[in-house]
Amino acid sequence: MLVLETDVLIIGGGMAAAWAAIAAAEAGAAVTMVDKGYVGTSGVTATAGPGHWFVPPVAEKRAAAVAQRQAIAFGLGEPAWMERIIDQTWRTLPTLAPFYKFCVNDAGETVYGAVRGPEYMRALRQKVESLGVRILDHSPALELLRHTDGSVAGAAGYRRQAGEDWAIRAGAVVLATGGCAFYSRLLGSQTNTGDGYLMAVEAGAELSGMEFSSHYTIAPAFSTMARGMSYAYATYYGADKKPLDLPKEAGRNRALARAMLEGPVYCDLGLMPQDIRDRLPTISPNVLPPFERRGINPFTDKFPVTLLAEGTIRGMGGIKVEDEGCQTGVAGLYAAGDAASRERVTGAISGGGSINSAWALSSGTWAGRAAARRARLLGVGGDRPAEALGQAGLRARRPAGLEAMEVIKTARDEAIHYDRNYFRTAQKLTRSLNLLDGLWESVTSGVQGDVVKAREAAAITATARWSFTAALHRRESRGMHARMDFPGLNPAYAQRQIVGGLGRIHSSFAFEKELVA
Amino acid sequence: MIELLVKERCTQCNLCVAVCPSNVFDLAPGGFPVIARPTDCQTCYMCEMYCAADALFVGSDCDNVEGVDEAAVLASGQLGRIRRDSGWGEWAEDPRYQNQMWYMGEVFKRARALE
Repeated sequence: MLVLETDVLIIGGGMAAAWAAIAAAEAGAAVTMVDKGYVGTSGVTATAGPGHWFVPPVAEKRAAAVAQRQAIAFGLGEPAWMERIIDQTWRTLPTLAPFYKFCVNDAGETVYGAVRGPEYMRALRQKVESLGVRILDHSPALELLRHTDGSVAGAAGYRRQAGEDWAIRAGAVVLATGGCAFYSRLLGSQTNTGDGYLMAVEAGAELSGMEFSSHYTIAPAFSTMARGMSYAYATYYGADKKPLDLPKEAGRNRALARAMLEGPVYCDLGLMPQDIRDRLPTISPNVLPPFERRGINPFTDKFPVTLLAEGTIRGMGGIKVEDEGCQTGVAGLYAAGDAASRERVTGAISGGGSINSAWALSSGTWAGRAAARRARLLGVGGDRPAEALGQAGLRARRPAGLEAMEVIKTARDEAIHYDRNYFRTAQKLTRSLNLLDGLWESVTSGVQGDVVKAREAAAITATARWSFTAALHRRESRGMHARMDFPGLNPAYAQRQIVGGLGRIHSSFAFEKELVA
Repeated sequence: MIELLVKERCTQCNLCVAVCPSNVFDLAPGGFPVIARPTDCQTCYMCEMYCAADALFVGSDCDNVEGVDEAAVLASGQLGRIRRDSGWGEWAEDPRYQNQMWYMGEVFKRARALE
């Protein structure tokens, strides 16, 4: 068993985790990063083209950017937090220049906002390494450790290539484990299974906005390739190969989902101008190869498409942060990136790439900095007693049970099903929750399979239950959360919903507590 | 999913074992890395990008290992295509493969103008 002490422990290996490690190390902390996969290729940033919300420090421009977003945030955005992430991103992103070659446009200007994922994550790893951060790849965290006063003491996990357990005591822990895409095949998301949500809730933290988990992205039906840009030039066809009449922009994916519930949907990218086709491989190098390897010409052939579930990746739900340093409700535990709720900066619709990237960079930076400060003030306390908090999928009441992948597939099929998730009703949500509650019961009694997959099974099942409980309780439609039985906005619900608990899940709005008081 | 490791090209650097986020490969001491858990592959193409020898091939089907013909893959021009178009390694200074990511905004703008 590998036993370590560190000032700050970062759990995760994507962009939020890397920025958190950088900020903590620059604040003088000894930092350790543990990731399920490899820091540089793990997560959804590494496979994407993460644009960043990048607005120069000109008062009118900043105000206009915030106002534009606030206007479509469905009453859940907070302008002060939007301003904070714009400012942090503007200051911090260019500091990667020694490790990342930012684009130069045709006019010869450096473009900072648009970066390419693989190079960006490779550069972040290089910067993290240059600061002396210890990186443990292929070392998923399985549970948090807690002091007797309720504060977080570190984490424990498994080094899957070395075949040994690890336990790390830390002065502060940052959860940057990403969102949960429920094994949907969304590009780059297979390590994003809601592990951070489960660990945080086991430690006593709460979640916010879990009902905002119904965003889908178009992709070829055989593929993971959820790169949206080319589909700006898409024409869609029904089973009869006749063009579908679809709404523009907002509502188009929902209409596609409706069509897909009826039968196969096809697409071609024939409207893309020739010069963009020629340029596509150097804009998004991974988009064309899946077609080419299947003998498909996407500009002339009609290929089948699907909608890949984004869960809480382009959804906004996550761990509720309580202060400007992104501390959760648990002392010493911080959350960043998609592991944290993004409602403050996105509102009730998806933050897409750019706002979510700005959030990941900023929340990572703040969490890393605050974690370093806490560790400096309070020390690691490695000699204090600490209890291990992991339960479902880790400590079984029975040695045998359902196989982990079977659990994952069952939970996934409920969580991402178009009819249940995209077109929500009380009846459908209740039915799914009954099934998921039963699944959770069997997960808590024991899961077969390796320990990492067993924990993923528990986390995915728990995340599906939090999402659908929140969806059932928000009895209105707002942003991406669409209830067929409550189609309009209800002004009473123009606030965030808090969810938590494991065996019994609780959800509440502030106005309900006021009513009781 | 991951389909092929071309042994004639593999230099046994074992970087793929390290970088695969889904831990698909196993180290084989003194030998070629082994595609040990192909069905764990998340079809992200990261291994292809990091393979400087262009010895790895990920198929297009994200649910099934289809089985491919090595000679056909070698002839297809697909080996190393993503790494080259990304301007990695020996392609870094090649003007044909410079990062055009900044053009994404223009691509969207031009699409909106069509509507």
